[in-house]
Amino acid sequence: MIWRILVCMMAVLAWTAPTVQAQQGPLRIEITEGVIEPLPFAVPAFVAENAASGQMGQQLAQLVAADLIGTGLFREVPASAFISGVSDFNAAIQYADWKAVNAQALITGAVAVTGDQMTVKFRLYDVFSGAELGSGLQFAGTTAGWRRMGHKVADAVYSRITGESGYFDSRVVFVSETGAKADRQKRLAVMDYDGANVQYLTGSESIVLAPRFSKSGDRVLYTSYETGFPRIFVLDVGSVQRRVLESQDGTMSFAPRFHPNGQTVVYSLSQGANTDIYTLDINTGQTTRLTSAPSIETAPSYSPDGSQIVFESDRSGAPQLYVMSASGGEPTRISFGEGRYGTPVWSPRGDLVAFTKQSKGRFHIGVMRLDGSEERLLTASFLDEGPTWAPNGRVIMFTRESQGESGRATLYSVDITGRNLRPVQTPEGASDPSWGPLQN
Amino acid sequence: MKLSTKLVMLAGVLALAACTNPDRFGADGANGGIGGTGMNGGMVPGSANDPTSVAYFQQSVGDRVLFQVDQSTLTPEGRATLDGQAAWLSQNGDYTAIIEGHADEQGTREYNLALGARRADAARAYLISQGVPSGRLRTISYGKERPIEVCSNEACYAKNRRAVTVLAGGLTG
Repeated sequence: MIWRILVCMMAVLAWTAPTVQAQQGPLRIEITEGVIEPLPFAVPAFVAENAASGQMGQQLAQLVAADLIGTGLFREVPASAFISGVSDFNAAIQYADWKAVNAQALITGAVAVTGDQMTVKFRLYDVFSGAELGSGLQFAGTTAGWRRMGHKVADAVYSRITGESGYFDSRVVFVSETGAKADRQKRLAVMDYDGANVQYLTGSESIVLAPRFSKSGDRVLYTSYETGFPRIFVLDVGSVQRRVLESQDGTMSFAPRFHPNGQTVVYSLSQGANTDIYTLDINTGQTTRLTSAPSIETAPSYSPDGSQIVFESDRSGAPQLYVMSASGGEPTRISFGEGRYGTPVWSPRGDLVAFTKQSKGRFHIGVMRLDGSEERLLTASFLDEGPTWAPNGRVIMFTRESQGESGRATLYSVDITGRNLRPVQTPEGASDPSWGPLQN
Repeated sequence: MKLSTKLVMLAGVLALAACTNPDRFGADGANGGIGGTGMNGGMVPGSANDPTSVAYFQQSVGDRVLFQVDQSTLTPEGRATLDGQAAWLSQNGDYTAIIEGHADEQGTREYNLALGARRADAARAYLISQGVPSGRLRTISYGKERPIEVCSNEACYAKNRRAVTVLAGGLTG
């Protein structure tokens, strides 16, 4: 009990430099200050319980390993080092054999395929304590959805060892890009968090920009030039049906985001030279103006409880970040550093804002607290922009565009310590990611 | 002259009918506009030396004004170009125009959309101040989505920070 309380306190106190500490004793990765030492794990091929399971056991183990390695918190003990294998899911674990290869965590699994259905079982062992961590879990689904089951296993492992919820069984909506820089074709697409299973949601006849998932992941808001002018649209991910939400003549609307209630949309509307923030009730179409300064107000994002909005405004001369009540009113400026701040996104944990910063000809993705303190830049490049949070608030995905004639947009992820920067593989150019929820 | 004007208009109507995006002539005004059907001798209606043509507007009057970094204030050169546009539009009263505001790639997508709107509106407001009826002028912003120059330095950025007056079909009523 005392341990748990300490863990919670450390998690609260130490977000500024969360680092990884592999510990002897209880199997635990703690988010605390310390030296990075990825926790070594072993995941032998899942036991194929029948002939139809074929290579599935191997594929699942590889996927679980890739998820865990991708966090930067774990490293895999290669199968070539194994002393004993796991050929029976229910057999006793030979802890000494795993200890000898320095695997602190052991993940075992079994898979049974019947027609287009499959079940996956797994267990997690704390090798040094010589005990199972948590109880075994079983997932059932279709063989086509095998990756989701692998992600669920990895989420359970991550969650049991870190004490945080996982993010592997999640999807990302983004803009898929093809064509030359001066003739870029863009269409909406959705993929698994790791870039697998890309599905296209729109054609590329019109420019589409900045899709944003609803909290439940069932719908996407985005900006499209389909009507000839930029307008905000809502798209149902299941049916791919879309409709324009706002089409006031002589205006442009863009930068939409859902309120956590899924009914209210906050967005920017440009009328003449002025851009302000509005809300729209998705059912009634009723709009409400929240800001009325002559400056540019854009990129609004709700707090997780929906009571506040963080946005960017150039009312001070250059774009900076501000927080106001969800019903409008006088905003409070929160960014004061040198440079230009944009695209603020409130963390799902509520503790941080991720943003794009432009300074001295470079772009950065950064995070700061809601009072503007403890600003930390996580990346630097010719052009990084548009952060989105993993559902657990520990990882950020964003767009990185390379420079020049052959410039191309790609997605990257980085954790909130600024470590573990890595590209997300997509079949074509990709921009404007929005990370959806952990799936059920 | 009257005949050639009518021919230009006819060509305009035909171009409109053939165009998948019926509200505009040429992509970003850069493609030289509608082509005239050949006439023997003299000026070819619709060509760049026909002062009532879209091509003439684009090439001789100048269809675009450029902006400083992060600015939407018109430069003296920009105002001179817009003076010419206003004069042309008053002489060619059957055209409407969409003014496209653009930004260079140095900036976030959302902010650049808003900045492009400011630039387009600066050009529109100036044209209105020079007597062009407001009902003939609409604006749109493309932010940084439609660069015409693709290098990543100031030589290209300067050309991308623009407001382009794109002529559209006749008045609708």
